[in-house]
Amino acid sequence: MGNCQCTTKASDPRWQKLDEILAEWRDKPGNVIPVLHKAQELFGYLPREVQEYVAAGLGVPVTEVYGVVTFYSLFTMQPKGRHTISLCMGTACYVKGAQAILDALREQLGVGPGETTEDARFTFEVMRCMGACGLAPVLVVDEDIYGKVTPEGLAEILEKYE
Amino acid sequence: MERFRGHVLVCAGAGCISSGCFEVEKALKASLAKHNLTEEFRVVETGCIGTCDLGPLLVVYPGGVFYQKVEPQDVEEIVTEHLIGGQVVKRLLYKDPKSGEELEKIDQIPFYSKQLRIALRNCGQIDPDSIEEYIDKDGYKALEKALKEMSPQDVIQQIKDSGLRGRGGAGFPAGLKWQFTADAPGKPKYVVCNADEGDPGAFMDRSILEGDPHSVIEAMTIAGFAVGAEKGFVYVRAEYPLAVQRLTKALEQARQRGYLGEKILGSDFSFDIEIRVGAGAFVCGEETALIASIEGQRGEPRPKPPFPAVSGLWGCPTLINNVETFANIPAIILNGSGWLQEIGTEKSKGTKVFAIAGNVNNTGLAEVPMGTTLRELVFDVGGGIPGGKKFKAAQTGGPSGGCIPEEFLDTPLDYESLSKLGAIMGSGGLIVMDEDNCMVDVARFFLEFTQDESCGKCTPCRVGTRRMLEILTRLTKGQGEDGDIEKLEALGNLIKSTALCGLGQSAPNPVLSTIKYFRDEYEAHIYEKRCPAGICQSLLRYEIVAELCQGCGLCVRVCPTKAISGQRREVHVIDQELCSKCGNCLSKCPFGAIRKY
Ligand SMILES: Cc1cc2nc3c(=O)[nH]c(=O)nc-3n(C[C@H](O)[C@H](O)[C@H](O)COP(=O)(O)O)c2cc1C
Ligand code: FES
Repeated sequence: MGNCQCTTKASDPRWQKLDEILAEWRDKPGNVIPVLHKAQELFGYLPREVQEYVAAGLGVPVTEVYGVVTFYSLFTMQPKGRHTISLCMGTACYVKGAQAILDALREQLGVGPGETTEDARFTFEVMRCMGACGLAPVLVVDEDIYGKVTPEGLAEILEKYE
Repeated sequence: MERFRGHVLVCAGAGCISSGCFEVEKALKASLAKHNLTEEFRVVETGCIGTCDLGPLLVVYPGGVFYQKVEPQDVEEIVTEHLIGGQVVKRLLYKDPKSGEELEKIDQIPFYSKQLRIALRNCGQIDPDSIEEYIDKDGYKALEKALKEMSPQDVIQQIKDSGLRGRGGAGFPAGLKWQFTADAPGKPKYVVCNADEGDPGAFMDRSILEGDPHSVIEAMTIAGFAVGAEKGFVYVRAEYPLAVQRLTKALEQARQRGYLGEKILGSDFSFDIEIRVGAGAFVCGEETALIASIEGQRGEPRPKPPFPAVSGLWGCPTLINNVETFANIPAIILNGSGWLQEIGTEKSKGTKVFAIAGNVNNTGLAEVPMGTTLRELVFDVGGGIPGGKKFKAAQTGGPSGGCIPEEFLDTPLDYESLSKLGAIMGSGGLIVMDEDNCMVDVARFFLEFTQDESCGKCTPCRVGTRRMLEILTRLTKGQGEDGDIEKLEALGNLIKSTALCGLGQSAPNPVLSTIKYFRDEYEAHIYEKRCPAGICQSLLRYEIVAELCQGCGLCVRVCPTKAISGQRREVHVIDQELCSKCGNCLSKCPFGAIRKY
């Protein structure tokens, strides 16, 4: 990651906040995952620089932090778009036609799952069940849950997010 | 609460949230304010009431009048007609699909009338953010009884005698596990609640945590007392932020009231609970992987024994139970072990919560006595298959489970009967499939899931599931070969017997069970290059029916691969080599002249 970020560290409140989080968790057992959750909330993703900082702050090897980040699918090393679209590909949604929604989203966004549109408007992700199976197929945009989604209805949903 | 003339429950489960219940609630509160009724009717936001596809739901007490599919603009009518005028608003009631009769009360609705709610006893009944409402429903009385009237061994004996088995999948007797943990040497000890709920299609644990978080807190505290632990962890999957939020609030309230913390209720017993949030890994539902994850490591499972009861979190004796298992505990302690003994079958006591989803009329959460038949669950509680379609199979146990065909609809749902069929109880996910679901494609779907979630530690699971997925993918693409079915069976059995943890050991189940019951569908894919359900894209054929084609040319214009040709006003044809099976022509043809085979 660029050094420019390092020089602004002192003035960037996110790093100060990260220092506070590290201080709070330093002596608690099993702290790596909770701290990474909070760091990702702050920065939106976990670039190498943040991982190194967390490792040093908790006194664990960087390899261990990296190992955890790459194991869990919720941690990401790529910056995200302004909005995150998560399409449920759980069983209930799948048998109710989630594949057709996936194909339609791919076409409308021009990117596939795990990717971000060029204008950084949307990051497209798939997930496994968010527990609204009764309303399958389910789509989540940021915090909003949409049930019984159809390929035809997608455009109207996407329109709401700039 | 007596000072209110009535209550209006607003379901705020995940399903209803997505159908817009908060707008309805807002309209309701505004209307009550407008009519100066805010002091007389209390609006209670509850956890999941159960019938997710009927949402947004309102239940009005006294009376328990059940309003379904309520829109914000309907609310004024409910307030003026019902709350003020005492007249039920008939048009918003549920109509019995068989008789067409309007059913007024929640317990008249077939979805509820077959249910017996123990784990879900408070879900959809109380405000999960209010400890007072939980206490009003006998909450924390079981903890008080355990601490004041029972010894730890008494508690364990009650759970053992009740016959309660773990609801997280394997069905291990809960009391025995408590005994092992209590007897294990070493300190400190831990109590862990498994709220990872990995089966995609199951959402009972979520509903319990969101709808009745105190029942889990109370149960874990009782467990801590019984096994000699002072610290508990709830491991919740990150996809459930609302559950985390409600649980966090409930923990604070329990601490304030002295149900958690030092010297609980004046006893010598101290206990507290911390929440840990997962980070998106299915394998972390497996208990040893979950423990590794709480410890802050990659969530990789390890061989057992030693079992967590002996060596769990940080090498200490650890009791790990599922959310639903815990939710049963307070009721057992209060009512006595004999009470649960009376419910269910000989070897499976009590009830089980099922998450009914897929191609079925009433999707949602239903808790029924063990031994209820699959037919009752799908057709009575679930209301059958929509659109007059035919039932094909029910999938239980998620990626570790299997598909049960029509001929076994009368199987009683209990641990033993399900495993005899090659399915499992699992966590209670029940996905209903109709004639339009392709069983080969469903098997491929599950394999893709387990392949994706395999942690990679052992070879049978890492490589074996990949090979199986490759074969299944070929089948769905019309590239199946003679011998593929046998290869799948051989590989599946090999993985089952050699994988390190339950994920790998059960991964082949969806494939093996569909081969067992739907072999003809596999054969159609391989030998006839045909998908009987019409799902597998590459095996579909689109053709133009000459008698119906008017030669309008619309299909030519919408075809992205220029596979359709023909003179204007003459019959068109589709070049099968060029056709990408997108289906555009089928949906656009004004004369219904395109057929899909
Ligand atoms: C791959 C795999 C995934 C699992 N996922 C879950 C889960 O999501 N929730 C759960 O409670 N148990 C899950 N289990 C079962 C746990 O390992 C464990 O048996 C259970 O938490 C014990 O609690 P119980 O006895 O109350 O059921 C899973 C097991 C395996 C092998
Ligand atoms: S399977 Fe999609 S929400 Fe559960």
